[in-house]
Amino acid sequence: MDLRLLVQLGIIGFTFFMLINASALLVYAERKVMGFMQQRYGPYRVGPHGLLQPLADILKLLMKEELTPKGADRWLFTLAPILAVTAAFAAFATVPWGAETTLFSLLDEPVKLGAADVNVGVLVVFAITSMGVYGIVLAGWSSNSKYSLLGGLRSSAQMISYELSYATALSAVILLAGSLSLRETVDAQAGYWLGVIPRWYVFVQPVGFLIYMIAAIAETNRAPFDFPEAEQELVAGYNTEYSSVRFALFPQAEYINMTTAAAVATDLYLGGWHGPFLPPAYGWVWFLLKVGAILFAYIWVRWTVPRYRYDQLMQFGWKWLFPASVINLIVTAALVLYFNA
Amino acid sequence: MIPLDHYLFVSAVLFAIGTAGIFLRRNLITILLSVEIMLNAVNLSFVAFGRQQGGFDGQIIVFFVMTVAAAEAAVGLAIVIALYRHRESLNPDAFTSLRW
Amino acid sequence: MPETLVFYLLSAIAIGASALVIGQRNPMYSVLLLIASFGALAGLYIQLDAPFVAVAQIIIYAGAIMVLFLFVVMLLNAPQEDAAEWDRTHPLRRPAIARFGSLLALLLVVELAWALLSASGIDRPVGEQAGAAAVGSVRALGRVLFTDYVFAFEATSVLILVAMVGAVVLARREGEAP
Repeated sequence: MDLRLLVQLGIIGFTFFMLINASALLVYAERKVMGFMQQRYGPYRVGPHGLLQPLADILKLLMKEELTPKGADRWLFTLAPILAVTAAFAAFATVPWGAETTLFSLLDEPVKLGAADVNVGVLVVFAITSMGVYGIVLAGWSSNSKYSLLGGLRSSAQMISYELSYATALSAVILLAGSLSLRETVDAQAGYWLGVIPRWYVFVQPVGFLIYMIAAIAETNRAPFDFPEAEQELVAGYNTEYSSVRFALFPQAEYINMTTAAAVATDLYLGGWHGPFLPPAYGWVWFLLKVGAILFAYIWVRWTVPRYRYDQLMQFGWKWLFPASVINLIVTAALVLYFNA
Repeated sequence: MIPLDHYLFVSAVLFAIGTAGIFLRRNLITILLSVEIMLNAVNLSFVAFGRQQGGFDGQIIVFFVMTVAAAEAAVGLAIVIALYRHRESLNPDAFTSLRW
Repeated sequence: MPETLVFYLLSAIAIGASALVIGQRNPMYSVLLLIASFGALAGLYIQLDAPFVAVAQIIIYAGAIMVLFLFVVMLLNAPQEDAAEWDRTHPLRRPAIARFGSLLALLLVVELAWALLSASGIDRPVGEQAGAAAVGSVRALGRVLFTDYVFAFEATSVLILVAMVGAVVLARREGEAP
């Protein structure tokens, strides 16, 4: 019993550690991929192939002076980055990332790989993700700067708009799986159709997957929807006035949010840890590969697609994406009803 | 196990706070927030009673209350924005054109 | 007992934050405190074995309605309440007519307390009766919502539509294309 608790704590700690690593790795990956896409090498000086670049970045940020602008709301100015990063970490809490395992027969009973297993897991992830907006909005408001305020305003409007499509796309998968638990959803995707095609929901829900990914990019404020920061228009948007550690927390929250969105997409659409060739005990390798592929797509999109205009973003969100997701949901519901009856 | 009346007491206090807010504050946004507090107080007692009775009626009414709260917030805030455009003020005492 | 402790902690947060909401002059802080209060209430719902209501509370209230409030506060950018004569005095030290509201609220507290104290059969622990165990199931909740309450459900969808049209019409500037 005690050992079980210890193992569970270990898994939680490991998840936390991996998330921190993921944000550091993504900093490196982003700069490197951007470099290659622009026919450059990217970071190359710190360590072999620039591998220690994230460390250098972090050290640099830690040594910077911490500034609080005059007229800023001190409490909220400090609270905002904390909120952002807390919501980002907490959102991953109910995301499972591996099959039940005995850790190479170390344990008598199998443990579930994932920080927590909740029967309304999908909704919890969604709820906590929707809390992430407060960090950005508060940062924008408390900085007492017009660029920040505009960034915060944009962020709140953008996130409300795209949350709808996001949730509606999720609902279609929930209908298919018949469960609100992420683990059950993943396990419903085990096996193959006709012996070759994996039973992943992405093949049943291609439109839903696309909508989910677009909405997730908007939710995480990534290019081409990075209006809250939009360098060319707003200096740096909501984090214009931030420096040092408080600044560092915002990109970290963004990268962890990306990881969470990719992990949820993997669980819901790409069959989670199920995949060919590998024994179930090594399912997490598949999970990592899939998450990595989605994250690469994220970076790829960022460095190939130019930023939209803000009115185009709203037009697209409300007039195209949301209707498409509703139609997708209705069609899915009708088909589920037809095939289950 | 917590007795039911503990939940009801919390709910009553929250409801009273909301009422006091509506009467005492002179800021339209705070007044709307007080309405939300009252709605939430009612929600809490609904869920507590529903748990006591067993069954889903309490929880389902909470969903309807939430829907109404969302509608109320949307329309209420739209009115606040429209009023602010006219008078540049959020004080309800500033809007007296219809009083005679 | 940890359960009782959690209950008292959450209730204290809910009540304290709500009291600060109405005692706060800056609407921004009011909104944030109310979010804290809603979070505590969501914790109470989890304790009452209603996880779906708790999550809905976070998604709908904290994630949507409060963002709307925050958006309006930022949009109007009127952080301080109008510092008219009226408002410079503390609400409780205002003239009698203004204190009428606090009197009413106090009366309400007394009345509710009296009602709670005189009611019988509400001091039993929640959830000890038979049939109360299955309340947490989301599937069963959905079944009840879409069978017994389907008419009310459809009615709310009409309400939402009306509210949506109303909000768009009200918030748009005169002469602007809708």
